[in-house]
Amino acid sequence: MASTSRQHILEKMRQNRPTDAPELPENIQFPPFFDDPELKFCDTLAGIGGQAIFAPSYAFIAEDLQQLFPDAQLVVHAIADLPLSGVHPDTMVDDHDLAPVDLAILPSALGVAENGAIWLDERHFGRHRVLPFITQHLVIVLDRKKITHNLHAAYGLIDPTATGFGMWLAGPSKTADIEQSLVIGAHGARSLRVYLLG
Amino acid sequence: MSQHSVAADLFNKDEARVDWHDESLWFIRQKRDKAVWQIPEWEELRQLGSDIKEHTLAHLDDYWRTFEEKAAANGIQIHWAADAQEHNQIILDIMRQHQMTRIVKSKSMLTEECHLNPFLEKNGIEVIDTDLGERIVQMRNEAPSHIVLPAIHLKREDVGDTFHEHLGTEAGATDPQYLTEAARQHLREKFIQADLAITGVNFAIAETGGFVVCTNEGNADMGAHLAKIHIACMGLEKIIPKMDHLGVFLRLLARSATGQPITTYSSHFHKPRAGQEMHLVIVDNGRTTQLGRPDFRNSLKCIRCGSCINTCPVYRRSGGHSYHNAVSGPIGIILAPNLDMKANADLPFASTLCGSCTNVCPVKIDIHDQIWKWRQTVVAEGYVEGGKKQGIRLMNFVLSSPKVYRFMGKMGRSLLRIAPFLVNNGLNPWYKNREMPVAPAESFRDWYLKNENNGKHK
Repeated sequence: MASTSRQHILEKMRQNRPTDAPELPENIQFPPFFDDPELKFCDTLAGIGGQAIFAPSYAFIAEDLQQLFPDAQLVVHAIADLPLSGVHPDTMVDDHDLAPVDLAILPSALGVAENGAIWLDERHFGRHRVLPFITQHLVIVLDRKKITHNLHAAYGLIDPTATGFGMWLAGPSKTADIEQSLVIGAHGARSLRVYLLG
Repeated sequence: MSQHSVAADLFNKDEARVDWHDESLWFIRQKRDKAVWQIPEWEELRQLGSDIKEHTLAHLDDYWRTFEEKAAANGIQIHWAADAQEHNQIILDIMRQHQMTRIVKSKSMLTEECHLNPFLEKNGIEVIDTDLGERIVQMRNEAPSHIVLPAIHLKREDVGDTFHEHLGTEAGATDPQYLTEAARQHLREKFIQADLAITGVNFAIAETGGFVVCTNEGNADMGAHLAKIHIACMGLEKIIPKMDHLGVFLRLLARSATGQPITTYSSHFHKPRAGQEMHLVIVDNGRTTQLGRPDFRNSLKCIRCGSCINTCPVYRRSGGHSYHNAVSGPIGIILAPNLDMKANADLPFASTLCGSCTNVCPVKIDIHDQIWKWRQTVVAEGYVEGGKKQGIRLMNFVLSSPKVYRFMGKMGRSLLRIAPFLVNNGLNPWYKNREMPVAPAESFRDWYLKNENNGKHK
């Protein structure tokens, strides 16, 4: 039954297709329009509930996090340069074991000024794809020079097929489903802090 | 009387609530405007979005064949469903094959269109909607009233009552923060327990054989990355040719929907994780028929942002449920008659044809033109009720003959002057919510003929 549906649907697509369609637009780029993409990134992220902080060193980040999350029981990270004790995510066996994670600290390769988004894939969070979602709080460390102006440029700098799953992350989990009141921390991380390193 | 107007009448009984609903949606329209004005190339982006989609519709089978090949190589299992029933059966079969009974589902208007939940529940399967708004309406046994904001018709008091009943929150509690936290705890448990996760799809990418799912809450990902099986369901119009095109659509989507620069999570799925099964169900359910209607095929460009709904003066004052279709508002009006012309023949008349929907559409669908064309189609096909049909026939008779038009004009003016109660009464639907005007003594034509030569120098 399924294969007959497939055949039938594909045939109907061909029969009924319009004949006067435009050419496929390709290589779409728009010129940058921010004077300072780093500052724009910080502003945009603040506007969507996250926070960006300029960090001179990994030592600064470790100290800052110790002050901010003194009670964190289960901290997960795999950043060798970060002088902060934590569990390496790949040592955790089942995805469900990540349910009690309080704080996850992940590296990222790229930020986008126009929308405050950060690219993350399995090279950053490891084999547990659920980690950036299930953790109560999420921290990202990003090279401050790795911020691009807009999403078109950004797609030229990442490869979403490099691993089986990747995403744009823009701020903490949020909802406005109750009377349009913004609430941070729907199902995913309750907070997002991005350190711009360098 | 037709169904939309009957339901809208009910909705309008509570005037304060209608005003609140109207303002809530207009507020979102304003947020959309502010986000859009920050992008100098916005109009170019709309044109690009439209061109990419139109091009894709003309080569749908080619792109789907490419997608299939790539996705299979990625380890995604593809299923084709001709209609809602086949879609639902595919999902049930996967559940049965693995002897699974618990599903968490993130937002998918397609599964609403296919009435998946009642079908699965009838077959003994627990389906939990995990988007907060969808969970709220699910608990209340209601349908979503908006494709992006499923519980926009409800006040915090309503949600408080529902959660008190179903989640044991304090009676009378209305704080959104507190209520959302209760839902978070409740749904975390469901995510941990679920066997299988269903998500919708925003975009499938032909060149890479992957798909993108956008949410703000993170519910699609919480489900998909914990469950043993992930089934993504999509209408066949949601394919785009290249990864780069996401640059256009992700810039357009959230700004148009809620005024955000991008959704919190834009998840790109390409391969199942180790030990997981990933399925994709591609659904026709009338879409290839719509593709064959030159006047209406453009509706298949829709990316489901909901901006046409937020801006619509009729939607804002009649509520999503009055459209009795999974997709409400202007876009629902042009999609629904294709699904069932008879049952949805009233919808094309639930519009003022003001064109605001067309102006905000991020992929330039000619929505209000299509609404107008659907009116003609449903009338021609004989699907409008007697009163409206007679009215249109009479109007046609009057407006196509200048003599009849002049006579009727004279009659109307006299009637309004001499016996206004014959017009200003409950039997005349035009009198509802309107005062009929004071009629002038003569028509413009009469006045013109009289004054034609006045003030003219011969």
